[in-house]
Amino acid sequence: MSRLGGLGTAAAALLAVVAVTTLAAPLLAPYDPDFPDLLSALAGSSSSHPLGADALGRDVLSRLMYGARTTLLGPALVICVSSVVGTALAITAAWAGGRVDAVISRVLDVLFAVPGIVFALITVAVLGPGIPGVVAGLAVAYTPYVARVVRSAALRERSLPYVAAAWVQGRSAFAICVRHLLPNLRPIIVAQSVSALGFAVIDVAAISFLGLGVQPPAADWGLMVKSGFDSAMRGQPLEAISAGVLIALVVASVSVLGDRLGRTV
Amino acid sequence: MSFLLKRLAGLAVVLLVASFLVYGLLYLVPGGPMAFLLGNRSGTPEQVAAIRAQYRLDDPFLLRYLSWLGDALTGDFGSSLVYRQEVAALIGSRVATTVLLVGYATVLISAGGIAMGLLAGLRGGRLDTAIGVLSSLFLATPPFVVGVLLAIVFSVGLGWFPVFGPGEGLLDRLYHLTLPAITLSLASAAFLARITRASVREELNREHVETARARGFGERHIVRRHVLRNASIPVVTVTGLNIAGLIAGSVVVENIFALDGLGSLFVRAILQRDFAIVQAVVLVLVTAFVLINLLVDLCYSALDPRLSR
Amino acid sequence: MSLLTISGLALAVPSAGEWRTLVEEVDLTIGAGEAVGLVGESGSGKSMTARAVLGLTPPGARVSGSIVFDGAEVTSLGAKELRALRARRIGMIFQDPRAHINPVRSVGDFLTEAMVANLGLPAREAAARAVRLLAEVGIGDGARRLRQYPHELSGGLLQRVMIASVLALEPDLILADEPTTALDVTTQSEVMAILDELRRERGMAMLLITHDLELAAATCDRLAVMYAGRIVEAREAGSLTAAPLHPYTSGLLLSRPRLEETVHRLLVIPGRPVAAFEADPGCAFAPRCAHALAACGEARPVFDGTVACTRSAELTLQGES
Ligand SMILES: Nc1ncnc2c1ncn2[C@@H]1O[C@H](COP(=O)(O)OP(=O)(O)OP(=O)(O)O)[C@@H](O)[C@H]1O
Ligand SMILES: [Mg+2]
Repeated sequence: MSRLGGLGTAAAALLAVVAVTTLAAPLLAPYDPDFPDLLSALAGSSSSHPLGADALGRDVLSRLMYGARTTLLGPALVICVSSVVGTALAITAAWAGGRVDAVISRVLDVLFAVPGIVFALITVAVLGPGIPGVVAGLAVAYTPYVARVVRSAALRERSLPYVAAAWVQGRSAFAICVRHLLPNLRPIIVAQSVSALGFAVIDVAAISFLGLGVQPPAADWGLMVKSGFDSAMRGQPLEAISAGVLIALVVASVSVLGDRLGRTV
Repeated sequence: MSFLLKRLAGLAVVLLVASFLVYGLLYLVPGGPMAFLLGNRSGTPEQVAAIRAQYRLDDPFLLRYLSWLGDALTGDFGSSLVYRQEVAALIGSRVATTVLLVGYATVLISAGGIAMGLLAGLRGGRLDTAIGVLSSLFLATPPFVVGVLLAIVFSVGLGWFPVFGPGEGLLDRLYHLTLPAITLSLASAAFLARITRASVREELNREHVETARARGFGERHIVRRHVLRNASIPVVTVTGLNIAGLIAGSVVVENIFALDGLGSLFVRAILQRDFAIVQAVVLVLVTAFVLINLLVDLCYSALDPRLSR
Repeated sequence: MSLLTISGLALAVPSAGEWRTLVEEVDLTIGAGEAVGLVGESGSGKSMTARAVLGLTPPGARVSGSIVFDGAEVTSLGAKELRALRARRIGMIFQDPRAHINPVRSVGDFLTEAMVANLGLPAREAAARAVRLLAEVGIGDGARRLRQYPHELSGGLLQRVMIASVLALEPDLILADEPTTALDVTTQSEVMAILDELRRERGMAMLLITHDLELAAATCDRLAVMYAGRIVEAREAGSLTAAPLHPYTSGLLLSRPRLEETVHRLLVIPGRPVAAFEADPGCAFAPRCAHALAACGEARPVFDGTVACTRSAELTLQGES
């Protein structure tokens, strides 16, 4: 833990709390997140509803506890897919070199120029609103970020003597990549993935906010900012503020963590 | 010159591929284009026939693509199924809002972000720490959260700014666009401040700055003639990339503040499965991104004599 | 009175909560128009000494001792006077012109910048003067060169540009910090010859910093040899090379390959050079010295203005053959 430093440890602790809370939400949450108590609709903070209730009278705290599930699932999927695909492309490019490398790099450069949210909107247009469309689009958009970093690391690694030694021993290219290259690249891939996770959380939540990602009535932080915004217009800003601040805290923790991991690589 | 030609040719290739993908996507939809185009609507046989005719669904794929591309090149993107209007006209009437919003945000970012970065990089100390903390805060807060919070505080709470709508006349429009532009710019300004700070710091430690010191120049002269000029190279790149990000961000911001720009048109078209609009907007956006990238590269080689050809 | 008098100069930088001494008890004088060579291995503190003369020490460094230039104490100068000193009186030539000249400004900008800012010359006149100076350092076609950027010039040409930029201000003293080390062997002697000739013509004094004792001896009137942040020997160039008094000087002289004879075995000084803060309490050179006695490791020998070795009187050391 010491290598994370004070801030890094705090960030890791916050993420751990969020993870535990959301896993244990059925035990911890004071209410059923979907139970509409119309009498307390738009209620402010009180002992029964610490963070108030939304426009349908659902308890905001309980919905926040459950909401981490959908809020973090999408980004986690995006990062898994883009890290695997990006790493595979990067190692292929670095290993093959020449024309293969040129083509892969060029395509990645073009993808790089288009912001992630635009990709997600296109795939959502085709697949319809929902997490699958969002994940598909963002996974494509995030691949070049991973691939760029891993490719240059792989090129460096490839020129080291141990690779040549394995080559001389008659190992296959695939075996060298998987057995030797990949383990050495792992810290870089992990650091890069964690950094990208922060951006993925922002993008997925934004798309849900637009109504194109997670669909109501699910409890989701992005959606809660949206419905909380409507409540704020009617005088009750608590839902929007608490959901918004929570997203910002999680993103900040993830980026601090990514930064610290990147530094120790 | 040949560099420019080469870049323009590359640009054309990218756009061609993008247009093909955008057009082809329609055929990837589960159920094929017909199911997609009809969407949730149950089509009468006449409607189905009209759609078949409009999209020439009976022609071979490549032929359809080429004729669509030919039309698109002349600015004809077909007509919207929902609005029953020319797509080009729909886009034309909304582009101004988006351009104004992005332009406004770009000004805020360049002024605010670079100024903060310079202050942090040149002054150091407490100010540097404060700017560092502030920029981390802005970077971690998603734009839609910033927008909602700003609207809650400054429109609903304090009543300083209108919440919704685009306004009339340029000044009123700018007034209406102020909160959206701030929303759009905070994260990018924070990022730009970081990059500016880092490159100023790096440049201050360069050997050629030591030479300038040894030649007895004043600190102001050194900063102006040697540090800023050299540090501007990464700053310009990041500013350019930021503008591309702003165009994407405007999709979200327009939806928060109910602005009638390209972004809100885009999102509504997706929800209503109005594919002619989706295709056209995507092409417009991709063109914008690629053009901005080209511009950044051109600035880059103008600023750095080592790259000029 | 000499132009520059350094006495008892010590310089330390903070590192991990303690002071690291980089330069200690340095005494050095340079007369007007005189060339003095400062010779020593890497890390011995040569550059630090030269920088201290201009007040260009690393941030947070602690400087003590005295540096008197033309009657004024440099270490107590205010920022403005220090700038004036750098602008008009002392010029510095750095080792790597490629890094030490701003890559995004043209050669013309670099040359005229100081003439305009420090001498108040009009830009046009400064450009004309820059062309003349370029011709003097052996670069023809000056008008075209002024429009070029540093990356378009070779290292040798760029170092001539740097020399021209210093000559332009007619300083009284030139600090040349390994002016030829970054250049390839064939251009080294040309550049050195140009620098020495032009400064002689103008009567400028020079502190030449180099690793190369022979080069320094060929160019300079007097030499000072530095080891681990201290001067170990300082004498007239001819006598220092002919009959060195310090074992380290002798070692430097013997470890140089000569072109005119076939060398069967090149002598090297065993061990590696140390920085001032790494040195043992006794003579810093003792661990590498062939003549060291047990006593050498205990007390640090005092520099008497000529040599800092307790055994200098009894030893007869080999010099240049
Ligand atoms: N900015 C700095 N901060 C701390 N220590 C430094 C700094 N610059 C140099 N040093 C250290 O000071 C010592 C003397 O450095 P200096 O540059 O004066 O050596 P030098 O004799 O010029 O060597 P070289 O021949 O390599 O240029 C070295 O040990 C070096 O590591
Ligand atoms: Mg040096």
